[in-house]
Amino acid sequence: MNERDNSITTRDLCLWYGKFQALINVTINIRHGLITSLIGPSGCGKTTLLRCFNRINERYGYVTTTGEIKLLNKNIYDPDVSLIELRKSVGMVFQRPNPLPISVYENVVFGLRIHSDRKPARSELDDAVEKALTEVGLWNDLRDRLDTKATNLQLEQQQKLCIARLLPLKPEIILMDEPCSALDVEATRAIEELMLSLKGRYSIVIVTHNMAQARRASDECIFMLLGEIIEHARTADLFLNPKNPKTAEYIEGRYG
Amino acid sequence: MNSTPSSPATSPAPFVSNPRVRRKLRQERIAQAVFATMVVLMLLPLLGILVYLVVRGAPLISWEFLTTNPSKGMTAGGIWSALLGTVWLVVVSLAFSAPIGVLAAVYLNEYAKDNWFTRVVNLAVVNLAGVPSIVHALFGLGAFVLFFGMGRSILAASLTLAVMTMPVVITATREALGAVPMSFREACWNVGATRWQTIRRIVLPNAVSGILTGVILEISRKAGETVPIMFTGAVFFRAIPEGDLFAYRLTDQCMALSMHLYTVTTQVTGAPAALPFAVATVLILAIILINATSIAIRAWLRSHRKW
Ligand SMILES: Nc1ncnc2c1ncn2[C@@H]1O[C@H](COP(=O)(O)OP(=O)(O)OP(=O)(O)O)[C@@H](O)[C@H]1O
Ligand SMILES: [Mg+2]
Repeated sequence: MNERDNSITTRDLCLWYGKFQALINVTINIRHGLITSLIGPSGCGKTTLLRCFNRINERYGYVTTTGEIKLLNKNIYDPDVSLIELRKSVGMVFQRPNPLPISVYENVVFGLRIHSDRKPARSELDDAVEKALTEVGLWNDLRDRLDTKATNLQLEQQQKLCIARLLPLKPEIILMDEPCSALDVEATRAIEELMLSLKGRYSIVIVTHNMAQARRASDECIFMLLGEIIEHARTADLFLNPKNPKTAEYIEGRYG
Repeated sequence: MNSTPSSPATSPAPFVSNPRVRRKLRQERIAQAVFATMVVLMLLPLLGILVYLVVRGAPLISWEFLTTNPSKGMTAGGIWSALLGTVWLVVVSLAFSAPIGVLAAVYLNEYAKDNWFTRVVNLAVVNLAGVPSIVHALFGLGAFVLFFGMGRSILAASLTLAVMTMPVVITATREALGAVPMSFREACWNVGATRWQTIRRIVLPNAVSGILTGVILEISRKAGETVPIMFTGAVFFRAIPEGDLFAYRLTDQCMALSMHLYTVTTQVTGAPAALPFAVATVLILAIILINATSIAIRAWLRSHRKW
């Protein structure tokens, strides 16, 4: 495997919340342009790991991290790394859709506005909105309602909007933390299709409790248990021939 | 109807009231009555005060009463210089305490890490709110009037009021900021917004109604205080040009409604009996007016917000 194929690599990553160790010697290589799913029982550290990749964990004063995290072969703990630029390139989608309490339009261009020094031209913003909303499949539904408050949309639309909000910034990596757990079956399908259509251009890491979803939507799969990586393989292999007995137990539904 | 199936003769008809249920209902009615009585007991004195004041004071209140200086040893004339003095004290003091209080609260809520320093500051704010006004008065006298050499003046009195009512704004602002869901902030940070961008674009617009409420509450606190201004800048009597809103200077001493009420009640003989009531009525109506504005603004802003 070529070095350049990796979009996220960690070496001996450990993380403590105060005295509690939530991640233990995590070493992974997440490949570029693929969808990688992260599965494991509740509390095993999936969210924690995901939040390491954009260094959002540091918001809490009592978090300590050791080890190395490289995104696109750049160590994100290097002193010259700017958190602002990092988070611009690493988008995050949350379990509960969290559109900002402003209009649909403003939600999509929020990133552009905060990252440009001059006031962006109206036409530039209009284009970005159309492009991003088209990409997530919301344009036809919302083109006449761009002024509605985003928090009034249906949950599915809100979640798609949260994805659309990342696109104008041209992120390299999109992190999704159980993006479908607040959605119904139809909406879940829609989000999965969206992920598949975004694949290739973006590296996507998705945390999910839904085995079927992991199987359907991801190329590679990582199984975690109690803060450790147990197995990382192509999704088909992991589900058909798990190497580790613990993985087998989990996907057969014995715990979690 | 004819085809109604007959129920077994032994079991009682379903859903029918019985003595046990009736006893519960009786308890329920008694409980409700007790609570309602307490509401009446609480409201009576409040309404009583208000009605009594207005009825006794109303005959004296007129446009002229509001716009003429007291005269004849304060037994005649109006309350112009006191009214304007209160307005000046409130506005000047607000000019200090509102920006400082709001911005400090933003720092404490949005930037400060949760460490011993922040905790000490929070403790200080809470305790500052509980310090009796006479202590603030002495502090104002020592610090502003004497140490900083402002003399007894509107400036010194306003600053004393500002220090005294700062905790009100800080607390209200922090509550308003705290009510903005954390997920909004996270959403902003996750697209690389700085804290300031997050505050300006999302947090403040959604907290503004709560902040305004705090500021307005503070106004009514300031308008009603007597002791702190008595020590630091309010005088018993002072005549100023009538009808001129800028009749005072910052370095002047001034009259104030709260202090004037104290004066005409306890220090002046031969004033009409209605005079203290009229002054009190004006003071209370002003405060009610300010609070009503606050409620209206809040209701209006709330109706324009949804998440
Ligand atoms: N902010 C925090 N402070 C302290 N401990 C935390 C914090 N967040 C998570 N933890 C702990 O770290 C461990 C891992 O939590 P994490 O949220 O990463 O698990 P998860 O795999 O995402 O679980 P879930 O599937 O329920 O979302 C848990 O034991 C949790 O209690
Ligand atoms: Mg989680």
